[in-house]
Amino acid sequence: MQRFALIAIPYAWLLALFLIPFVIVFKISLSDIALAIPPYTPTLSDGVGPFFSALDFENFAFLASDDLYWKAYVSSLRIAAISTILTLLVGYPIAYAMAHAPEEWRPTLMMLVILPFWTSFLIRVYAWMGILSQEGFLNQFLLWAGLIDAPLTILNTTTAVYIGIVYTYVPFMILPIFAALDRLDGSLIEAAEDLGCSRLQAFWLVTIPLSKNGIIAGSFLVFIPALGEFVIPSLLGGSGTLMIGKVLWEEFFNNRDWPVASAVAVILLLILIIPIVLFQRNQQRQAEEEA
Amino acid sequence: MAETVFAPWDDPNEKPLIRFQNVTKRFGEFVAIDDLTLDIFEKEFFALLGPSGCGKTTMMRMLAGFETVSEGSIELAGQDIAAVPPNKRAVNMMFQSYALFPHLSVYENIAFGLRRGNMPKHDLDARVTEMLKLTRLEKFARRKPHQISGGQRQRVALARSLAKAPKLLLLDEPLGALDAKLRQATQFELMDIQEKTGTTFVIVTHDQEEAMTVASRVAVMDEGRVMQVATPERIYEAPESVYVADFIGDVNIVSGQSTPMGEDRYHISWTEGQQPLVAASDRPFTDGQSCHLAVRPEKIAISAERPPNVDNAVQGTVLDIAYLGNLSTYYVELPGGQIIKSQTANTRRISRRSFTWEDTVWVSWTATAGVLLAQ
Repeated sequence: MQRFALIAIPYAWLLALFLIPFVIVFKISLSDIALAIPPYTPTLSDGVGPFFSALDFENFAFLASDDLYWKAYVSSLRIAAISTILTLLVGYPIAYAMAHAPEEWRPTLMMLVILPFWTSFLIRVYAWMGILSQEGFLNQFLLWAGLIDAPLTILNTTTAVYIGIVYTYVPFMILPIFAALDRLDGSLIEAAEDLGCSRLQAFWLVTIPLSKNGIIAGSFLVFIPALGEFVIPSLLGGSGTLMIGKVLWEEFFNNRDWPVASAVAVILLLILIIPIVLFQRNQQRQAEEEA
Repeated sequence: MAETVFAPWDDPNEKPLIRFQNVTKRFGEFVAIDDLTLDIFEKEFFALLGPSGCGKTTMMRMLAGFETVSEGSIELAGQDIAAVPPNKRAVNMMFQSYALFPHLSVYENIAFGLRRGNMPKHDLDARVTEMLKLTRLEKFARRKPHQISGGQRQRVALARSLAKAPKLLLLDEPLGALDAKLRQATQFELMDIQEKTGTTFVIVTHDQEEAMTVASRVAVMDEGRVMQVATPERIYEAPESVYVADFIGDVNIVSGQSTPMGEDRYHISWTEGQQPLVAASDRPFTDGQSCHLAVRPEKIAISAERPPNVDNAVQGTVLDIAYLGNLSTYYVELPGGQIIKSQTANTRRISRRSFTWEDTVWVSWTATAGVLLAQ
């Protein structure tokens, strides 16, 4: 009974904060747009029979017919994938350096990684606008250093989106990789060298495979939120940056087309379920290996 | 035909495989190895024995190439190896923690070193199979390290380090993680494998019994210096210092002043109002030189009456008795507070103990039973 009560808490949480909202969104995605409050029909006040008979998959058919949405999904996937790789390339060396830093330095380094979370995410992204704009700090610095003659256009391009995503999500990459590298027994590297590996080979054949779980966990932790990212592309990316989060926002608030926006959200969730399931399986396998 | 005794260290024409020459290793201010000179010969099973922090692991890590030498040189087969990185040395190491690659199977762990060279696939497979057979691991080739027992892991580590047929194999506390029974069996297995492969083994251990069992020669170390290098018998029976005598096995040390009595015999006056002890020594001592007589407990007899015709006999009272099953050790307090341990083998079952606490007894030993030491 006690055990049941204990597991009931997370399930109740999941039900109240995920499943019920999802059912509501899914219902809206099957509805039609209306000039009313709420801005769709039917509602349950129409009676149960007419309510169900009025629901259809029209909005999903519309998403399939207009290639804007397809392009937005594909573009989001591409941007999320590329920025995950970039985050890995930036995050791995940092995690590696942290794991090999002297013991007394590690808490400080860890603190520095977590420190950005102490200020609002939104403020930090706005700060990047200040850094990347035509008259921003970066251009000022490069002009002053004589590296460029004319200011670079970085803000409002996809490059700025990559910078924003890498900057925002790099701690999520560093922490699991650091955890994996920290646990790595140093004598394994010595054993590899003893058996004829160069430093680089030992890294490739021992360090990388043994930090694989950290890499996978970190990559999912970056990829999943980056896929639906809205704030970064809308603040740092220009009109050329097509991401599904932005499309979703525009459908909801600019077009006030809740049914289509809901359909976009449902599809996004279905796309996200695949990496989330893979992530869960990776975590589970890791737990089993350690047992 | 007489069997030749394996003793290359006594042959001046023999070239050592490893030659430590005035090697010093410092970690900052701390001197881990202090001006150490040592030769190790081919096919030897050489043990570095000492308490933790004596520098034995540092010596091994310098041989493997994980530590550099601060001063002096280390030669392997006549070549200075200071500049050779670990992956280019014909030296392999078996790690204390075994350091098996957890993501690779037993087979792949053993093949790991071979794959770094350009060995043809067929030869590689043959070599790994040979190693699996040598260490009786054929059945576990496909398992991962975490799916086998501690003893099996130890054998995988051994097979992996032997696979490349190194000139020299370093074993860092190889049996430390095994329980007592398994450790004994594995010691003989190690000796067997060493003999079969003809590889030179250097073993680091803090377990004197292990060193004595497996090694052809033992180096007893303390604070970065080698105190004595000799065969296990000589280390035990002819220690050169009180430290070595005390470190290996159990020993009684009686300190006093020597008086030469001719023919390598000395009298040792050890306490007021007692007969001086008689001891034989090849090493010369001057009149009045302070010295230490080291006698092993099993060489001291205990009796109720004073035994006739013995060189040394002292009366005392039984202070403590340690019954170890196969042996009993009597702690006898002599006049002046000196405690002498006397060990007797319990060769008969349920024999009545001859002595009990507070009994007055005689402890006796011959002049040649002990070793007279200057320091």
